Amino acid sequence: MHIKNTALAIVSIVAFGLPAIGAAASAGGHLQPANTDVANTASLQRGARNFMNYCSGCHSARYVRYSRLAADLGLTEAQVIENLMFSGDRIHDTIQTSLRPEDAARWFGTTPPDLTLIARSRGTDYVYTFLKSFYLDPKRPTGVNNLVLPGTSMPHVLWELQGYQAAVYDGQSDAANETVHKQFKGFELVQPGLLSADEYDRFVRDTVTFLDYIGEPMQLKRVSLGFQVLGFLFVFFLLAFLLKKEYWKDVK
Amino acid sequence: MSATMESQPARRGRMAALAEWADSRLGYSRFLKAHASEYYAPKNFNFWYYFGSLALLVLVIQIITGIFLTMNYKPSAEDAFASVEYIMRDVEWGWLIRYMHSTGASAFFVVVYLHMFRGLMYGSYKNPRELVWIFGMLIYLALMAEAFFGYLLPWGNMSYWGAQVIVSLFGAIPGIGESLVEWIRGDYYISDITLNRFFALHVVALPLALVFLVIAHILALHEVGSNNPDGIEIKKVKGPDGHPVDGIPFHPYYTVKDLVGTVVFLALFTSVIFFAPEMGGYFLEHANFEPANALQTPEHIAPVWYFTPFYAILRAVPNKLLGVVLMGLAVVAFVFLPWLDRAKVKSIRYRGWISKAFLIAFAISFIALGYLGLQPATTAYTNAARVFAVIYFAFFFLMPWYSAIDKTKPVPDRVTYHAH
Repeated sequence: MHIKNTALAIVSIVAFGLPAIGAAASAGGHLQPANTDVANTASLQRGARNFMNYCSGCHSARYVRYSRLAADLGLTEAQVIENLMFSGDRIHDTIQTSLRPEDAARWFGTTPPDLTLIARSRGTDYVYTFLKSFYLDPKRPTGVNNLVLPGTSMPHVLWELQGYQAAVYDGQSDAANETVHKQFKGFELVQPGLLSADEYDRFVRDTVTFLDYIGEPMQLKRVSLGFQVLGFLFVFFLLAFLLKKEYWKDVK
Repeated sequence: MSATMESQPARRGRMAALAEWADSRLGYSRFLKAHASEYYAPKNFNFWYYFGSLALLVLVIQIITGIFLTMNYKPSAEDAFASVEYIMRDVEWGWLIRYMHSTGASAFFVVVYLHMFRGLMYGSYKNPRELVWIFGMLIYLALMAEAFFGYLLPWGNMSYWGAQVIVSLFGAIPGIGESLVEWIRGDYYISDITLNRFFALHVVALPLALVFLVIAHILALHEVGSNNPDGIEIKKVKGPDGHPVDGIPFHPYYTVKDLVGTVVFLALFTSVIFFAPEMGGYFLEHANFEPANALQTPEHIAPVWYFTPFYAILRAVPNKLLGVVLMGLAVVAFVFLPWLDRAKVKSIRYRGWISKAFLIAFAISFIALGYLGLQPATTAYTNAARVFAVIYFAFFFLMPWYSAIDKTKPVPDRVTYHAH
């Protein structure tokens, strides 16, 4: 009976845990894996540079402090001031954008979202694939569209690095209905940029690594702290278990 | 007594005198005896008996971490989201306190569901423990309200739309529905006013209610004594000392045993906190990392996992009012168990196969409904939810029939226990 109950207990715990596994699997879809590694400081530093050069003109990261970046990215405050701060902020300020919301609304029809938590709300794979999925579309005011977020008002900011790509479709046109039944096949580089395809992937990966980090800066230390806590609990468990055994010797 | 005290060293004598002074005015040693060192609990508690003390532990964790969160959280639509990120980034150990609280909410429900399932298995709701069970159900209801109010506070987009969906359910009540919804929100939509009142309810009203109900739950339990996996009343067989032969003092035996359970629980709890605080989007939903936006719904609104069995029942019913009624009934049905169950024995160990089959089917349908409540409402999923909802209710409403006709086994006089 005792064994049966324990087995039942294990089954119920597994059953409670199962949905978590399902979620991890279903979040992806057609997204490409970003394979970010926030422990890679060099990648983080490059990502910070990319973010400041290409994103921060329009996007804020309003919960991120420059001084925290310095501490977590292995940089001195002087290095951050010199290389990453463009808008005359002070080192303890958070990352704001100089784009005024009114201007943004007039130019893009929307305010570019704050990017502090974008990697947490959408996932790193989403951001990685998004930045790689701009393609030429003359119907859009920006000249480009995005396969991950169709109709996005964001221009292809990274065009000089990636170049311009066209979306290639399989399918036939249905002239009678003035539509095309098509299925996305892949991208084709129409106008090359400064970077090769591999270099561009790495550029985007570094940027997404940085976004992953700013989404949850404490992730750098919480895992290592977790192992220490589990180590402590393991020792505590042995002591508690022996104590229980000692007391329960009398119970017949 | 006073003569021996005077002969002791002065300092210790003073402490003992102080303790005696207080005890003679408060009577705490009598209280501790009655509820710990001379509270006799059955010696055959198994795995399932850890979850009561663990629920108490999680309640304490939630209260303490909640107090510290309140020190930096700002309950206003303007500042709430930013203040949570401030806690996560700028407050010393704020991220740990916040993750303890957010993981604690889910852990509370894991522990409470297992605790309730224990009650179902061993018939702990049956005479003479009806009131223990009813207090427990009131705790569960208060806990659901507490979790719901707390979920709005981070002011993320899922907070916002989750509250919007759940509050609007009251609109299904004929006649007063719409004005009731307005009264709850205090506004025409979920707003700063709603956030403020939910904050008041979350940090003052419901924690108070929870603490009082937990005290009532434990007092009622200690009045009648604990049930056990055999469903035997240990008070029926007493030794020459007047204590139950199969009982052991709660302290030290179960305090040291529960300590082991506590450490194992903490290992699992901290594993989530440190290695998977979002738990794949189940404990902290991804859409909630975007601030509340009244103009944009999240792609897919689903409540947090611990409400989804009931949410699945709500969605499975085509009529909104009937759906709300059945969802409420699914929550409240537990209260009636002491009077629905007509079996002569308590524990599943001595019940027949029909009761066992119904209990297993119920457990499966509860988990299945929980899964379905998280999925988009496709036709196939909705139909599956209907099947499981029928099984769910059959467990309760066919119980007067199947518990009476089910063949039971003879119950021994003494509990089953093998010394280790």
